[in-house]
Amino acid sequence: LSRIGDELYLEPTESGLSLRAVNSSRSAFAAFLFAPLFFQLYEPGSAGPDTELFRCKVHMKSFLGVFRSLPSLEKSVGKCLILLKPRASRLVLQLHCKHGVTKTHNLAFQECERLQAVFDTQRCASRLCAPARLLAEAVVHFPPTLAEVTLGTGPGGKISLRNYVEDEAEPSKTMVTELWLAEDEFQSVAVAPGSHITFCLKEFRGLLSFAEASNLPLTIHFDEPGRPVIFTLDDTVLEVHLVLATLSDLESSSQSPSTNGVSHLPAPSDDFADDLESYMAAMETSEGCSEGPPSPTFPLRTPQPAKSKPQEEEEEEEEEGAVPGTPPHKKFRSLFFGSVMTPGRPGPATTQEVLAEDSDGES
Amino acid sequence: MRFRAKIVDLACLNHFSRIINTIAKLAKTCILRLTVCKLYFIFSDKVANGGASMWCELSQGNFFDEFQMEGVAAEHNEIYLEFVPENLWRALKTAQSAKAVKIKLTNKHCPCLRVAVDLPSLSSSSRIVTHDIPVGVIPRRMWNDFREPSVPDFDVSIYLPVLKTMKSVVERMKNLSNFIVIEANLSGEMNLKIETDLVSVTTHFKDLGNPPWASEDGCQSSAQGRDLESMAEACIDIKKLQQLLAGQQVNPTKALCNIVHKRIVHFVLLHEEVSLQYFIPATA
Repeated sequence: LSRIGDELYLEPTESGLSLRAVNSSRSAFAAFLFAPLFFQLYEPGSAGPDTELFRCKVHMKSFLGVFRSLPSLEKSVGKCLILLKPRASRLVLQLHCKHGVTKTHNLAFQECERLQAVFDTQRCASRLCAPARLLAEAVVHFPPTLAEVTLGTGPGGKISLRNYVEDEAEPSKTMVTELWLAEDEFQSVAVAPGSHITFCLKEFRGLLSFAEASNLPLTIHFDEPGRPVIFTLDDTVLEVHLVLATLSDLESSSQSPSTNGVSHLPAPSDDFADDLESYMAAMETSEGCSEGPPSPTFPLRTPQPAKSKPQEEEEEEEEEGAVPGTPPHKKFRSLFFGSVMTPGRPGPATTQEVLAEDSDGES
Repeated sequence: MRFRAKIVDLACLNHFSRIINTIAKLAKTCILRLTVCKLYFIFSDKVANGGASMWCELSQGNFFDEFQMEGVAAEHNEIYLEFVPENLWRALKTAQSAKAVKIKLTNKHCPCLRVAVDLPSLSSSSRIVTHDIPVGVIPRRMWNDFREPSVPDFDVSIYLPVLKTMKSVVERMKNLSNFIVIEANLSGEMNLKIETDLVSVTTHFKDLGNPPWASEDGCQSSAQGRDLESMAEACIDIKKLQQLLAGQQVNPTKALCNIVHKRIVHFVLLHEEVSLQYFIPATA
């Protein structure tokens, strides 16, 4: 979670303790739900008819500082008590160690809104399930500094991973690495042919090391470019979701990863340069695209002349004259976090209301 | 112009990767010269590399199971490519358990060296990783810029001390100063010296031995008739020396340096299958 955000959100619920984080550009969200059975004792507190269960957020570094050295913790700590004291404004972490030593940490917290990203794994057209080790072995071929990677499907049912080269980067200077995995290396593959998504590797690596350490298979749910990709881990007492924004793809025909084409630049239209107006309109369309605006971590895409579907045109009218170059993250948040949306704006059906976390988890 | 090569032996792959790693530590970009029998890694972009230049030569037969090349023309059967060695190192680094590694010169959108690694996997088909490393093709008219440098008319030639020891000494000295003086004489003595306002440190090596250089045409080199105790020295950028030593992971069969007094130091590192020459000019 610390790889994603600087604040740790703690949300006790009836179904367990949920720990969550979101990154500053709101393009990555993770939630770990520990079932009551995970704990020796679990009391979420009581919610009154008007009050909800208390939740808070603390500084990630403060929380992590308590559990600094795992090997020594494992040797010396017998029990750990986490206690939320709303009236004292303190989150208490108490480590009961050997030799009668008790270490009590009082962390200051802030009250907060419910942190909930909007996503639904059921609506994802494609799903891959793989042992964590396979994905770790795949990711090792990419440099640690690589920002984005494209996951795609290719001929023969193969799955590919390729480093994403930004449009601005010169193709003649950038090394391209591509890895192909056979379908039978996965535990299950249910993907829409020709589909691909591009997401940020950094946050994914964090989850991957957790999955490897816990030896749990990882499921990747994805849909069209621009719609978030959801990584899940499931265990009897733990449910993990990592939701990452993906780069939206404005090309009408998605480039198959099996081609050697590195460039994602759409071919410029002939009448493009002449007509500045349609250029500006196309920029605005791309900002308001219902497929999901470009993630803030990714560069703005060169716009296509509006090949918009009716849905998108509707979007454009509703837009309050988006200025090209508006920082994308404002739009992005509105897709990701239902509560911040402009009222009355139509979006994909599920985003109008905040979904409960387990809406997709029962399957 | 065509080039394709394949390595299947893991030991060869490992050795080749280590050579590339050494080169990657010395230069950001370098020239790969391909001939029918040999590969050369060259850089002599004096300005960009702070005046240092390198010539590394290896016989392709010692590494590759298959090696085919066709140069630019029949009478100039060579290929010169400019590339970033770090990229090649990254491609080879994770290939150490590969069943085979194929390298091919391609030109899809731009000239590239395509490194295709065939990795073992649990499934029926193997895992393939391809790395497209962009390269620049050097035109024939510029080939003269990359000729093998001649051995300078040195004042002293001496075998280097055990590289591991030399490396740890230089690494510590690097923390204190940006420049290091290498001095040596024909009695097998070498000193590494740094001097700053606060401190000066000298490490003395002796009994190193001096390589015999038979002059080909019988004429006197400046080393002959020289007083055996007299030191020839050069003050060089310590970082360059440290980079050279850091890249050496295996002890060379022979390691020596030739010093031209106050001008240049010429390092020669010979392994069984590869020779590396590195020139560091003296700073004014």
